[in-house]
Formats: sequence, structure tokens, C-alpha cells
Amino acid sequence: MAQAYSPGLTVTDSIVLRKERILPLKGKVLVKKGDKVKANDFVAETLLPGKVVPFNLANKLGVDPKFMKDYIKIKEGDILKKGTMLAQTKGFFGMFKSIVKSPIEGEVESISTLTGQLLLREPRIPVQVAAFMDGVVVDIIPEEGVIIENKSAYVQGIFGIGGETNGEIKVLADAPDAILDPAKIDDSCKDKIIVCGAIATLAVIKKAQKVGVAGIITGGIDDQDLKDLLGYDIGVAITGHEEIGLTIVATEGFGNINMAKKTFELMKQFEGHKTSIHGFTQIRAGVMRPEIIIPIKFEVEELKVKEAKMSELLIGTTIRVIRQPNFGMIGKVTGLPEKLTPVESETLVRILEAELEDGQKVTLPRANVEVIEE
Amino acid sequence: MGDAQKLKRIIATDCGSTTTKSILIEYIDGEFRQTVRGEAPTTVEKPLNDVTRGVINAVTELEELARIKYNDDSIKFTKDNKIWLTNKEDQGVDAYVSTSSAGGGLQMMVTGVVARMTGESAERAALGAGAIVMDLIASNDKRANHEKIERIRHLRPDMILMAGGVDGGTTKHVAEMAELVGAADPKPRLGSSYKLPVIYAGNNKARDIIKETLDKKTDLIITDNLRPTLERENLGPARDKIHDLFMEHVMAQAPGYNKLMSWTKGPINGKLVDIPIMPTPAAVGNIMQTIAKVNNIEVLGVDIGGATTDVFSVFTEQRVFNRTVSANLGMSYSISNVLATAGIDNILRWVPFDIDKSMLRNMIKNKMIRPTTIPQQLEELVLEQAIAKEALRYAFIQHKEFAVSLKGGQRQREISEAFSQSVSGDTIVNMMSLDLLVGSGGVLSHAPRRNQSVMMMIDAFLPEGITRLAVDSIFMMPQLGVLAEISEKAATEVFEKDCLIYLGTCVAPVGKIKHNKVSLTAKIELPNGETFEEEIPFGELRLLPCGVDETAKATLKPARGLDIGAGKGQEVETELHGGVVGIVLDTRGRDPFVLPDSAEERVPLLKKWMKELDAYPMEILE
Repeated sequence: MAQAYSPGLTVTDSIVLRKERILPLKGKVLVKKGDKVKANDFVAETLLPGKVVPFNLANKLGVDPKFMKDYIKIKEGDILKKGTMLAQTKGFFGMFKSIVKSPIEGEVESISTLTGQLLLREPRIPVQVAAFMDGVVVDIIPEEGVIIENKSAYVQGIFGIGGETNGEIKVLADAPDAILDPAKIDDSCKDKIIVCGAIATLAVIKKAQKVGVAGIITGGIDDQDLKDLLGYDIGVAITGHEEIGLTIVATEGFGNINMAKKTFELMKQFEGHKTSIHGFTQIRAGVMRPEIIIPIKFEVEELKVKEAKMSELLIGTTIRVIRQPNFGMIGKVTGLPEKLTPVESETLVRILEAELEDGQKVTLPRANVEVIEE
Repeated sequence: MGDAQKLKRIIATDCGSTTTKSILIEYIDGEFRQTVRGEAPTTVEKPLNDVTRGVINAVTELEELARIKYNDDSIKFTKDNKIWLTNKEDQGVDAYVSTSSAGGGLQMMVTGVVARMTGESAERAALGAGAIVMDLIASNDKRANHEKIERIRHLRPDMILMAGGVDGGTTKHVAEMAELVGAADPKPRLGSSYKLPVIYAGNNKARDIIKETLDKKTDLIITDNLRPTLERENLGPARDKIHDLFMEHVMAQAPGYNKLMSWTKGPINGKLVDIPIMPTPAAVGNIMQTIAKVNNIEVLGVDIGGATTDVFSVFTEQRVFNRTVSANLGMSYSISNVLATAGIDNILRWVPFDIDKSMLRNMIKNKMIRPTTIPQQLEELVLEQAIAKEALRYAFIQHKEFAVSLKGGQRQREISEAFSQSVSGDTIVNMMSLDLLVGSGGVLSHAPRRNQSVMMMIDAFLPEGITRLAVDSIFMMPQLGVLAEISEKAATEVFEKDCLIYLGTCVAPVGKIKHNKVSLTAKIELPNGETFEEEIPFGELRLLPCGVDETAKATLKPARGLDIGAGKGQEVETELHGGVVGIVLDTRGRDPFVLPDSAEERVPLLKKWMKELDAYPMEILE
């Protein structure tokens, strides 16, 4: 049989990370190779083209487009202020001239004497890219961006909302299975990344928003709460662009699910450390999962990124159960029988045998576990 | 067509978003059969970023399974880490073909002048070529120009198809659309190192204007107008260009595809030549049209995947082919969108037990974020199949709205007809005249009981009159679709013998009468020698045994006011085909089919029907 591959999520106290920080369009790189950068430092910047504003000049002048050239006062590439004269008719004997003015500040992109349409472009919009994580610039991609590396404690979440942020870790939950009381979130949590246990309820999220918490790390999140928070149902998992004032990273899934003990202990271990998190999640066509990055001390020579490989299921591999029953439980693989076996739903599947953390011995479809990579 | 007789072994793969599936087809005792199948995760994304790794893994599994099957350790399909193409007897394979939908498939944007005319023709060309149409932008689509520009810029399609205007007609609107595309300066999805391909298939008089506006900014390809006159569609040239560009641009940008493209080869006229990789849906469309052509029947097919649901149909005497893609209706990546589209109550109306709504919401979201999991518990299987019914139902609604009478490939019509029908858009999908309904995709092909596939297909599509049902056993239609390019004989033989599993026939009178009244009087001589005879009341299901390759002689008389194909109240004498499930008599009503709103009334009915169909183990229906 070919090797048994399985999806995996990394939870580790030390990993060499490599992040590309790229501009959406070509621009200027602000740092050089070897520079040490902090998460909030800008590493590259550019100017995005402004919005295009179509403007039917021929209609405004009341002339056929092919005669427009007799009246037009501008040419392609001209810089405009709001109110700049675009065209003027000759009127009758110099009287009743009509003037058409620019509705925006910007420049003239194109003039069509076929359709009579002007395309005006609003001023360029500056865009900057921050380093996102503390580290060293190991490579420059000219005019596009940089590659930053560091050594970090690192957790891949399963689902998130909200963009990139950073702050100090503050563990508020007493245990990985705790349900956090919103009253525990006070002013000391402002700008912090708070860690809940099994679930971040809507009340917790609302309180965190009010206090000015930068981010929430939680085991689970309830879908109805998420809908109430965002005001809409998430249809396809492409997230990270929500503007809710904070970032949420769920490490296990939807519902009330204990945070993996190892993840919780890692958060405890690094309490007070600065961490960078983001909620970008995309399940298809370029899988992206939210990340929790806690930079640790390192020497540049240590920065050797491990070769990427797919996670493999072997006897002894640590797994997380990702579907009912026993959803969220952690265990170790004890057997990998080859034969297709029917499960309760009568589906014939390839199974594995595992011992869960509570000592329970179970048989599971291989598709219903993920490897916890260390 | 290729040298079918000389082919001994063929490997075909389908590189899906999640899984790469491989099949081995062998020429045994004078016919082609599919003998072994394998699969492995697709590796088009990080960390491996090379589609060929998944292909080699899937083919290695084939190799290992073939060695076990034939007890021959010398069997070898790969050499030097690639597929071993050779004409040596008993070594390697003679041909290798592949389809692909990895990385989200082919994503296109189309433009036209009038949305319901040239716009729809462009959409049809793109869909027929196997694309997902991200948006249709037309001069008359009511969005302001700046909104259209923002939309084009935002979408980042793989390519754009521009149509508009009849040949020799006015050029102004087409020119305006080109200006908008030019102003948006769209960037391709898969990288900025190449220019975005734009196909112009509109008014031939506007070609110079289009060149002037777009030639520098985009990789412009000009082809024949896909709507040369109002009465005629000419979709072939645009479709061919889409296929060419799919290979040259989109595939060439995807990780590892350059290598894979150099592997796909087969013998044509004695020479080993490149066989282009085909977008998966285009290949499925190929095979659907072949079924309709070979058997001279009307066919409706559905492929419900993790991310999208494709519906294919071949209707009318002219055998008009239509394909639609419901891009956000699927059973894993898009499962949450089924909930958002259908609403939780529409899903729960198919569930024969109580379940907490919040639990169901979380279950659906967990499936979305971990799309490869499978229902281990029976309750979860029932819930997934309820969700599938709604996904299929909505995908079918979208298909019916799109498959309208004007839109036949190269069909001559009167001008008056073209105008009236493009506006009114009568669907050509006629469930009463439909001969065969084919289901495929994990939830239908791999349902633990085939009876569940029958239940899902009947509940979602509501076939009318007499309709045969089948499923694609292991979803090999894509591979067979591309295989037809080198050997139609191999493709059709495997399709008939190994791919299609006939489930049986559904008989459903159309119309509604009171519940206690007789809906259908049936007398059916079953192949086991028994005769089934019953006056079946309205609102019932019956399942009769009739196996694969068996038929039953039936006399069917619907109640006055109901129709099974010959007219209201008209008796039909016919032969019903069997299958692995049998013959289903469905008197629950059509047009409309109504489920009671209250759970108290509905749940006992669901349980009764599910028991009759033997859809689930009894314990969940007690």
C-alpha cells in the first residue's frame, strides 16, 4: 500500500518559520537583507492605482463622440483637480458656452472618441506591508517584498476571523476545558491576546471588543455566535478580512471543544510573550490556516527551514479526532489495519486503531483524524 | 480516433481539488475493462506544490494493487519517477491521459452586450468548456461602469471571454466593454508573470477597436463571433480557444502541470502524441453527450463534489447540451453555503429525528473546515444526505433557469423566436420526457446503501413519469471523457460495463389529489415470477425487486387528473428496467411535491418512506 497521508496541524515549542511579505503591486522595499525587524515595522510600500471613474463627456457636452475632439481641453495623462475644465463648447457667436468640469481629483486615464467616454483615475493610494512577525530579513525580492525568518513557538489554528495583529499572551482560562466568564476580561487585557479554554462565547467576544483586546485564542467557537457577531452566515471558508476590531483563532473547531492540552500548555508556557496572530482561513485552492507565532531567541545560523513533507500516519503518531464521536480528543495510533471496514454509518472505510488520552481504545476512519505535528 | 485495438493498458487520472484518482484500463478477452483503481491526496498546494507527486502516489497505488490482483511482482507502471509509456508487451502502459480541476478549476469571467443574449451565449461557451463563470458583465446589467471596473479588477479570473454584437452590427457597446476591461487592467489569478488571456468572440467589425484597446494590456486572442447573427449561436471556436488557453496558460502556471503535460500521451494513427489535459467538467460533459448520442435518449446528470455541483443535460430532439456549475453548492468546502442558501429548516425537513439546530450548524461548519472527514455515526450520515438533497435541489433549480430554449448550439431560429424566448427563457428541461438520471460525486457514488442514492436523487430532482436512475460507481466519468479522445471504444465499453451502475426505475404520477384517493393502479409482472398488483393511494412509496439487466412488464394507470406520460388518467403499458435497487413507485405527488410543515405530520411520513425504500437501518427509523 502507498503511504497513509493525513492532514496535519503543527503545534510546537520551536520551529524555524519563513514568511513572504509581498506587496500587492510592485513598489519599494524598505529594508535590506540581514536587518532585524519587529512585527509592526514596515518592510515595503507602494502606491495602488486609484479608483477609475468613467465619465461620459460626449453626453455631458451633448455632442456626437466623433466631434468631441473639437471641444476637449485635456489629454491622456493630465493631472486634474476637482473642477478642472475638461471641455468647453463654442456656443453661438461666443455666447452660451457650456463648460464641463472634472468631478474628481486625479488624472486622465483615457479618452475614447468612439464611445465619448473619459476614464478618470482618482489619486494613488499608499499601501504598506508590515513584517507581521519579529525576525530577520533573509531575502529581498526586488520591488516586491521580503522574506523574513525567525524561530518561534508555533500553533496552526483551524479557523479564524480578523486580520494580522500582535500583542502579549494572557491566559484567562484555568484549564483547556474551561468556559471563560466574560467578567474575567478587564482593562488589563487591552491590546493583549487572550486565551480562552473550550469556547469563546459571544459574551466573551463582545466584552473583549469593548475592552480593546487585540486577539482571542480559543478551542472552539459557536456558529450561531459567529453569525450574530458578523451579521451574516459564512458560506465559503475564505476569512480574515472581517473588521470586528479583533482577531479570533479557533484551534479545534466549531462548538464547545476543549483546547488541545498541548496547545493550552504552550500558551501557559509563553504567557507574557509577544505573539503575532492572524485569522486568515482558506480551505480550498491554496489552503491557509490561522497561525499563532510566538518568536523566541535564536542565532541566525539556526535558521534552517525543514523540508516540507506531508504528515504520515504511523503507529505512535499523535492524532486529534476531528469528527463525532470523540470529536476533539487527542490520542495515539496503535494500529493501522489495511482492510476496508464498515463503521456505524455502514460506510466502508480504511480505519485506524487508537488509544485516546482518557484511556479509551477506539476504531476510527482514517479520514476522521488529523496528525498533530511536533 | 486512436488505434483502440493496439491499446493494452491505459492509465487515466483525475487531479481533483482534494484527491487524485487513478484508474487502470486493460484490454482483456476482446474488450476494455477498468480493472484497478487507486487514489492519493492531490499535491498541487503547499507543502509539495507539484501535482505530479500526487499522480505518482496514485499510480503507485495502482501498481501495488495490480501486483496483488495478478500475483505478479514484476508489474510496473512507473519508471524514473514518471509514468512509464512503452509499447513493450507486459511492461509499462500504452497511454496516459488526465483531467484536472485542481486549484479551483478553470475560473472565467465573461462579458457581453445584452446580458440575456450575447452575455448568456458567452456564459454557455465558457461553461461548456468546463469553466466556472465567476461573473457575467454586460452593457445592460444595471451596474454603474465604475462598479463593473471594480468587479473585474477584484475577481482575478484565469481568463476573460468577451462577446457582444452580431457580425457587422454596431461596435459602440463592445468598444465600451473593452474600455472597461482595459481600465480594470485585470491581473491573472495564478501569478503576475504573464498577461491575462482575453478571448474576443464578438462582432467581427469591432476587432480593430478591440485590438487597439486591449492588445498591449492583455494576451488578446480573437476568434469567430459566438453569436454571428441573432438567430445563431456558434460556440465551437470560442470553446476550442478556451481549451487551448487552459493548457497554455492556466495549467502551465499551476505547480507541476508543465511536467504533467509532458506525460499525457497516447497513440493516434500509430504515433505517440500529446493528449491535452482536460478540465474535469469538460470531460464529464463529453461522456454525458456520448451516452445520449449512443442510446438516443435524454439524459440529466449531476456531479456533486466538495466545492461545486455540476449539472449536465441533453434534452429535446436536437439533443441540446447544457452544463451549469453551482460554484458554491457542495458537500465539504461549500457545505456551509448550502446551509446559507437553503436555510436550516429546509435541511431539517428531510431529517426523521430531532436534532438541536445549533449542533447541526456546528457540525456543518466543522465539515467545512475539515472537508475530508466522513460520517462515522449513522445520525451524521442521515444529516449529510439531507444536506445533499438541498444542494442538489438548488443546483437543479439553477440549471433549469439556465437551460432555456434559445440556447442551442448552432440551431437556426426565427428572429421573433430568438427575442421572445431569450426574454421569457422557457426551460428545455422536461422531467416527463427525461429517460435517464445519472448521479455522481462522493455522496451519491459512495453512499453506504445504493437505496440512499435513489432516495436522494428522487427527492432532489423529483423525476416525473417513468425515469431510469443510475450512478457512476466510482466517479470515473472524467477519466472516460478524456479517454474518448484517444479511443471512443475503450471509453464507451468501460462506461457501460464498469462505470455506470443502474439503480432501477422511478415511476411517479404528476399532479396532486387527496391523500386517501388511489393515485396509481399498477400491475407489474416481476422477473421472480410474482405479480405485483395494487391500487396505491396518494402519498406512498413502493419498492419492488427487479435486478440489473432484468425488466418487468407493467400496466400503469394513473388516477384521473394525474399523468405518467401518456396524458391525464391515461394508462401506460411498458417495460420497466431494474437495477441494484429495483423499481420505485412514487405516488407522493409532483408539481407540486409537498412535505407537511409540521414535524408531527412530516416525521412519520419520512420514516414510512425511508422504511419502504430500506434507506437506513431500522434503529434510526424506530
